Amino acid sequence: MIPKVPITVTVNGRTYEREVPPRLHLADFLREDLHLTGTHVGCEHGICGACTILLNGDSVRSCLTFAVQANGAEITTVEGLGTPDDLSPLQQAFREHHALQCGFCTPGMLMSTIDLMQKGTPATEEAVRGALSGNLCRCTGYENIVRAVLAAMEAAGPEGKAAEGTENEAGANG
Amino acid sequence: MKPPPFTYVAATSVAEAVAALAAHDGEAKVIAGGQSLVPMLNFRLLAPAALVDINGIRELDFVDATADGGLRIGALTRHYTLLTSPDVAERFPVLGEAMRHVAHLAIRNRGTIGGSLSHADPAAELPMMVTLLDATLTVAGPGGERQLAAADFFDGALTTVLAEDELLTTITLPPLPQPHGWGFHEFAQRAGDFALAAAAVVLTADDGAAANVRLAVMGVDENPSRIAAAEAALVGQPVSDDTIAAAAAAVREAVDPPEDLHGSATYRRHLVGGLVERAIRDAWARATGNAGGAA
Repeated sequence: MIPKVPITVTVNGRTYEREVPPRLHLADFLREDLHLTGTHVGCEHGICGACTILLNGDSVRSCLTFAVQANGAEITTVEGLGTPDDLSPLQQAFREHHALQCGFCTPGMLMSTIDLMQKGTPATEEAVRGALSGNLCRCTGYENIVRAVLAAMEAAGPEGKAAEGTENEAGANG
Repeated sequence: MKPPPFTYVAATSVAEAVAALAAHDGEAKVIAGGQSLVPMLNFRLLAPAALVDINGIRELDFVDATADGGLRIGALTRHYTLLTSPDVAERFPVLGEAMRHVAHLAIRNRGTIGGSLSHADPAAELPMMVTLLDATLTVAGPGGERQLAAADFFDGALTTVLAEDELLTTITLPPLPQPHGWGFHEFAQRAGDFALAAAAVVLTADDGAAANVRLAVMGVDENPSRIAAAEAALVGQPVSDDTIAAAAAAVREAVDPPEDLHGSATYRRHLVGGLVERAIRDAWARATGNAGGAA
């Protein structure tokens, strides 16, 4: 029996201490140990992007990262953005532009968008499509997702790169 | 799926990592970014007894501009760092361009140059780039370090000459002639996917003739490779439609492409020739200061 490993992680500003088996994906840790089920698990091999979260401010696939590797890290999941009554500006843009249907890909789309905005992706359709091409959506045909992201970029402006509730993480590793 | 069980070792130095690899007697794997390894674990294509995590070895994460005009790159350097490095853009613009084709942002944030080289996917950009650029790879093992030419590092698809207790630590790129022209063309079915084929060219224009020609291709053989016959077809004369056609023909002749549901060997052979032609045209245009059409 392989022993569990103690880890300390900060997720959405709250610190958790847990013991995890080394093979536990960060995605499963978030969902099953912390009950933060907003992070979705799709393909489980890094293709679909549904499990994208921010690890020390950078977008990563939580199905390709082990929880034990996140020891000491700061994590932001979709639960760290807004609440149903108080959506973040990006979430609001997704709602206004009807950028989701079934919603399965949405958490990954949102987290990837935060990173592409903070890394200075130009606010053009081509650049946004390229930057989001690692996130698959089977409902929308992407049109409204691209519109929502462009609207959010325009609203944030050149100074808004690091917006969206990631104040702690954006500074940590940006 | 979920990976099979393994013991986890977080190394904080190269010596620690090598000792941990040696202690597991060939049953341990190194994990850096994990962007190729973890899918293989999730599919249960691999079942190592232990993973030796090198993400804590901070001294392996660097891009150093060397005095001779080259670069030293630590094995733990992330793809995103290479993509955005001013030193890469200035000294090895062909590498900067290649990085634009590597995966997606979330993968680039995690994936490392050492991991990509050690994984040795025949359709990955970085193995081709170190082959094109004649990199020297520094490898640490229980008995100390050894240096390998990039051309000697790859040993078939997904295989390198790394021993089970060795760790790739540093990639040294010797300087390119400055100024030089370069071209890089890749075809993948979707942005960020592994390429069906790619071609890269570096050359100079000396008194109107092509010189210092390097030409490499990937996705069309077990390993990326330079094609000496194609380089020879270009050297010593101005680049023209005739020399370009001769170089492309030499490439098609030299390669042995794989065949799968994404494309036949015949298709890939045809494709890589076209990519070579475009890469040569771009390189020559840049070398002769006529790069308007090459962007």
